[in-house]
Amino acid sequence: MTDLNYAAPAPAGGGNFSLDVSGVQPIPFTRLVRLELRKMVDTRAGLWLMISTALICLAVVVIALLVGWRTHSQLSFDNFMFAVSIPMSIFLPVLGIMAVTAEFTQRTALVSFTQTPSRMRLIWAKFAASVCVALVAVALGMVIAAASAIVSGWIAGDPTEWGFRSGQILGYFLGDLLAMATGFAFGTLFINTAVSIVLYFVYIFVLPPIFGLAMMLEWFRKLSPWIDFNSAQLPLLQWQMSGSDWAHLAVSGSIWLLLPLVLGMWRVSRAEIK
Amino acid sequence: MIEVKSLTKRYGSFVAVDDVSFGCAPGRVTGFLGPNGAGKTTTMRVMTGLTTPSAGEVLIGGHRFADLPNPGRLVGVLLDASAQHAGRTGREVLTLSALTMGLPKSRAEEMLELVGLEPSEAKRRVRNYSLGMRQRLGIANALMGDPSVLILDEPANGLDPAGIRWMRGLLKGYADRGGTVLLSSHLLHEVEQIADEMLLIGRGKIVARGTKEELLARNNHSALVTSTDNNRLAKVLGAAGHSVVASGQGLRVGATPLQVGEVAAHHQLVLTDLRPADGLESLFLDLTASTAREGVEGADR
Repeated sequence: MTDLNYAAPAPAGGGNFSLDVSGVQPIPFTRLVRLELRKMVDTRAGLWLMISTALICLAVVVIALLVGWRTHSQLSFDNFMFAVSIPMSIFLPVLGIMAVTAEFTQRTALVSFTQTPSRMRLIWAKFAASVCVALVAVALGMVIAAASAIVSGWIAGDPTEWGFRSGQILGYFLGDLLAMATGFAFGTLFINTAVSIVLYFVYIFVLPPIFGLAMMLEWFRKLSPWIDFNSAQLPLLQWQMSGSDWAHLAVSGSIWLLLPLVLGMWRVSRAEIK
Repeated sequence: MIEVKSLTKRYGSFVAVDDVSFGCAPGRVTGFLGPNGAGKTTTMRVMTGLTTPSAGEVLIGGHRFADLPNPGRLVGVLLDASAQHAGRTGREVLTLSALTMGLPKSRAEEMLELVGLEPSEAKRRVRNYSLGMRQRLGIANALMGDPSVLILDEPANGLDPAGIRWMRGLLKGYADRGGTVLLSSHLLHEVEQIADEMLLIGRGKIVARGTKEELLARNNHSALVTSTDNNRLAKVLGAAGHSVVASGQGLRVGATPLQVGEVAAHHQLVLTDLRPADGLESLFLDLTASTAREGVEGADR
């Protein structure tokens, strides 16, 4: 039974066996990004991830303000930025992870990849959308921190303390983008929300103390700056990056961000979508 | 319009689709029929670029699916009605599709109306949908871009009888306007009333194809017979030059009932049942029985 079954007669009026695609425009990348942004907030899970992060950031600065008020100490913008950066460093990677993995965990990939067969384009649109959200989130965090610093100065009856170098703003943006991107890379590599989040937290919370212990070994102390991506990002937030700091960031980032991202992209592009 | 050329998909040593070739013509509804795990879903996933074939290819209107610009406008696809984000509302699912295809949001409302999802149902989250409602949502999604080709995997699954009748009318009308429809099912009666062409697949191979009449025609020289001594009856029928296979309680014979009756009378055998083995049902069971997978799981997923 190898005959190609074209026995079926064409319908009256002549059937056309080729599909004319000339009148159909490809889907522009900007449209994909816009839709990915929409997908991040059109479910309760996505919406509340953002709302709860904003609420936690507010709670953190309110607590800091109260502590400052009771102890008669004025807190600077830099202090508040640090306070806000903690919930941010959890939220942004989870955002990056979920942007990718939700499609697979919820099985919407079946629809998304039939509507956009170029998987790389769709994944990069998700990345771009995550970058947009991360930038807005960091900017909002800065507004919260600035407002808190002004309030703190007003409580203390002194002029607002800023206590940071202008480069630090860039450092915060870069650091938070790196955190989001690392989460995103984990998401593409493991294609599963729970696994990605757990392993990301292992990487961010469990690995540093282990690295700390291993520092007792002479050879590891020399190696560590080149493989510890977490520590390599610390000078970034202080914006005190020396040449060797940049080199450490680049090398350790290749291991924890670039490598998972490349492997993950390869995996997503080849994965059988079920 | 859809050309499947020597398609093979292997998973390790397991061959899910084995050198399958067929075509689907515009203006016709092609029914893709086979038991669970026969390779229908795998074939359709290859068609839509979700699975890479081990060998062979599928062209839709002369193009690989992955090369189609904005495929939603050209090919409507429903592979699994349950593959929707449980936390999105039905309306949001369709709005996302409309926007992806570059259509106005109002198109989502039109489609909701077309498939009979009420406004109160449209604002519910998909998690609270019955399978029938998900199926309607999936069909709305597939028809959204006014495509020339429809690829539907088990679209009648979960629909009530009225829903099945509604879908039959919908797809018939769609094909009459020149559309190409490929739909799969593991239930014969869902397909036989709607499909102009039928493809029977079993264990990864196409075992029969043609119109309902053609399939029946190749089957009209066949009878089902039961006697008090099936062994002897089989022997004498075989000696008379007819093919005989065991079938349920009795025998399936490659002869007309009259011929079987004559042979039995000649040998003074008592028959308890004799009837023509017509009907697509028996053909379907027959063709796929030897290839049905018992005790092997997960082939169609």
